[in-house]
Amino acid sequence: MSILEVEHIQKSFERTEVLKDISFSLEKGQVLSIIGSSGSGKTTLLRCLNFLERPDSGIIRVNGETLFDPDAPFSRSEAEIRKKRLHFGLVFQSFNLFPQYTALQNVMLAKELLAKEQPDYKTRKKEIHQEIEAQAASLLKQMGLADRMQNYPHQLSGGQCQRVAIARALALQPDILCFDEPTSALDPELTGEVLKVIKELADKKTTMIIVTHEMAFARDVADHVIFMDDGCILEQGDPIQVMEHPKEERTKQFLARFTQG
Amino acid sequence: MELILEQLPIVIHALNIGFLQTLKLFFVTLIGAFPLGLIIAFGSMSRFKPLSYLTKVIVWIVRGTPLMIQLLIIYYFPGLVLGNPIWGGGETGRFLAASVSFILNYACYFSEIYRGGIQGVPVGQTEAGLVLGMTKTQIFFKVTLLQMIKRIVPPMSNEIITLVKDTSLARIIALQEIIWAGQAFMKGSQGISGAIWPLFFTAVYYLICNGILTLLLGRLEKKLNYFR
Repeated sequence: MSILEVEHIQKSFERTEVLKDISFSLEKGQVLSIIGSSGSGKTTLLRCLNFLERPDSGIIRVNGETLFDPDAPFSRSEAEIRKKRLHFGLVFQSFNLFPQYTALQNVMLAKELLAKEQPDYKTRKKEIHQEIEAQAASLLKQMGLADRMQNYPHQLSGGQCQRVAIARALALQPDILCFDEPTSALDPELTGEVLKVIKELADKKTTMIIVTHEMAFARDVADHVIFMDDGCILEQGDPIQVMEHPKEERTKQFLARFTQG
Repeated sequence: MELILEQLPIVIHALNIGFLQTLKLFFVTLIGAFPLGLIIAFGSMSRFKPLSYLTKVIVWIVRGTPLMIQLLIIYYFPGLVLGNPIWGGGETGRFLAASVSFILNYACYFSEIYRGGIQGVPVGQTEAGLVLGMTKTQIFFKVTLLQMIKRIVPPMSNEIITLVKDTSLARIIALQEIIWAGQAFMKGSQGISGAIWPLFFTAVYYLICNGILTLLLGRLEKKLNYFR
């Protein structure tokens, strides 16, 4: 069974149709890259998966559980949506780290707030805190930031910030980790260090959806590539097939700019 | 000069009493206007249109008219027009009326500062909190609030320092604050009359008070400089 099934997602803002009938599925442990020009709806799709936008229609299922279906009666309570949201993690283009917290605190914050809802929180407070801190520290180490844990975001480079953001998303152990153009705000040198970390996650069979403009990276890391254009999935499949032997004229056009340049 | 030295203890004693009233009004206004301003700010940002329009109209009226007129209306309107003098007479009643006027007036100014502060925090901060499974309340208190405070300290400092001086307006309803106390020596009080220097001398009180406030607010601003 696929870990993620998306069926016929549609989304309009005012009168502009941003997503037109998007369907795809993703297997556990696989990496999906979504490519396409700006404004093709890639980011909106990720935002729908993370409940930052509400699709107008369509179904989203994770592990067979329906998370979103506008036709079925479902609870719209904040608590319910929060629970569903936690199936997904999202890494933003602009990092969105919390500036008043250190790298370590950024990674720990959400987990600590969630822990407060555990029934045994009061009795095991100290223990839980230590567990969360140890987990956060080990994630930051994994990101190559062992010596940066006590730094505030403004003391870190863009690449380091993005790696903290990745650790922060991983701390909640999402089923699917989404990246929204994770390197678009970085210079080429810093891009490399972030891509390296994502590649390592892929090698560990982390299920990921990556929206990116790094074509070479998309081809190398992805098990599956989707090419989006004007709110539709124009072409999808194996990276080599989509990116080296595209069928659609539009895909060829789009990819040509990258192979030439 | 000798005369002034003779008068000095009497004047300082009277000014101290007046300044106490000034400080009382200052602190009561801050304590009331800080939270009320936040409520008004949320009201004006509300997605419930009638509420946001209502608060915007209130802010427009309060910011659009002189505080002195507001003091007069709030103090005299119940008694003179409605025939129901809710404030009662005496200094207590005048202080209550002055407090209500100042709190309402300053809350409206604060609300705009809060609004700017809240809207100045990037949406990405809220979105990051949401995707991490935080509730809206948690996001406000754990993420947005401190960033907002950092943003509003400089404009707030301005308002707070203006407030110290604005309290002198309360003498229009005969609240015996420091300028009222200084002026009394012109008309004649405690055996001193025709003396204008006590009125000039009140400036020293304001200056010292605002000097201390400037230092404290500057320190707060510095303290929040640990993040950007």
